[in-house]
Amino acid sequence: MKGALELLQRVSAHPDARCWCVAWSPSGSLLASCGGDRAIRIWGKEGDSWECKCVLADGHQRTVRKVAWSPCGKYLASASFDATTCIWKKTNDDFESLTVLEGHENEVKCVAWAPSGSLLATCSRDKSVWIWEVDEEDDYECVSVVNSHTQDVKHVVWHPTQELLASASYDNKVCIYKEEDDDWECRATLEGHESTVWSLAFDPEGLRLASCSDDRTVKIWKQSTAGDGSSVESWKCLCTLSGFHGRTIYDVAWCRLTGALATACGDDGVRVFKEDPTADPEQPVFFMSAHVPKAHSQDVNCVSWNPKEAGLLATCSDNGEFAIWKYSSDS
Amino acid sequence: MELVSVLLNRAWRLTGLSDKRSRRMEEKALEVYDVIRTIRDPEKPNTLEELDVVTEKCVEVQELGDDEYLIIIRFSPTVPHCSLATLIGLCLQVKLQRCLPFKHKLEIYITEGTHSTEEDINKQINDKERVAAAMENPNLREMVEQCVTEPDD
Repeated sequence: MKGALELLQRVSAHPDARCWCVAWSPSGSLLASCGGDRAIRIWGKEGDSWECKCVLADGHQRTVRKVAWSPCGKYLASASFDATTCIWKKTNDDFESLTVLEGHENEVKCVAWAPSGSLLATCSRDKSVWIWEVDEEDDYECVSVVNSHTQDVKHVVWHPTQELLASASYDNKVCIYKEEDDDWECRATLEGHESTVWSLAFDPEGLRLASCSDDRTVKIWKQSTAGDGSSVESWKCLCTLSGFHGRTIYDVAWCRLTGALATACGDDGVRVFKEDPTADPEQPVFFMSAHVPKAHSQDVNCVSWNPKEAGLLATCSDNGEFAIWKYSSDS
Repeated sequence: MELVSVLLNRAWRLTGLSDKRSRRMEEKALEVYDVIRTIRDPEKPNTLEELDVVTEKCVEVQELGDDEYLIIIRFSPTVPHCSLATLIGLCLQVKLQRCLPFKHKLEIYITEGTHSTEEDINKQINDKERVAAAMENPNLREMVEQCVTEPDD
């Protein structure tokens, strides 16, 4: 079943700088981008093209590495190399800075909202993962600092339905966290990658986790609990996608609507993988359904599926651009 | 006359392609070397070339595709001090990113056996996020600028 990726639009979002991240709003109608120019831009569709709706330029003193929308779509969080995380509140057509979360000792690499909207996670080169709680009065409080990694933490992602968090690190490992007695702790460590793990994505049901790495592979993991009801948690690697990517894989995204898996690679390519529906779920088989070798003229840093429109994909690159693609599984 | 030229062409094509390619790689390698040899050592008042930190042979170029090349550089730091080796790696990254006119991907390594923590250093130098963040640190940036800026810049 051969698919295709059709380019819809290319936008020079952060001129003369890297575009590090693109994130769709929960409604799917806005796209936030951020980059090395220290700015965040919000893009919306006008007719057939994506136009810049607003620029948030004064929030950070250094590169903005990631942006993440709250599940309700009213807030935006931005993680920066300036060691802070900024929370922005959407007001009509603009955003205002609500608060700045401080505490990390150096660059914040990622920020992620829990599906409940009341928890936020951040991670940093300081090797820690911080969990923050937000109340109805928009007050943020750090409730846990977890130091399970031995190196730079690159990415954090929440489970789609359970209060479970996963983190990826320069130490080549993935950690899984759960709350125990009001404190968050590492419950499992996933080993197997041979180099930095750059990003993670849960499948739509939250049964499996995909990780991508500098070792040029994507691994699919699944939790296996002992049948006796004990809280022993272990995760096993179900399969490894290797031989597809020419260089470091910087991002992986699992589409909630179609189950397709997209990757962003340092060889300038974007790839979409689909699962063979006839394979044994315990031994999944993924095949490459679509591949654009020169999706951008430089490294692709991020890939994001639109949450409402099936097949709509955003990618961004070191060349400061983002691109919008339409993926179809049967071409 | 025509027959001879046809034979010559055929002979040339048989051996010429691989020769042409390796000549092109050598040319590219020299282009790269020209950019890095004048980088100054962070501590000593000499260039990396003068100190044998880099040599012509330390640059390897491979073809990646349409006009795109993979450049692999193996440098030998003069002292085993870890932070200086990382700084040299950073200088190499920055100067090449700025000055190389052709499309390329870059890998920088410390020559095997020249350093006790070479794996650690190699990993840092080749992590573009770490490099980008380091260059936003004003002190590090200043040090790198001093090493890479040409006197007539």
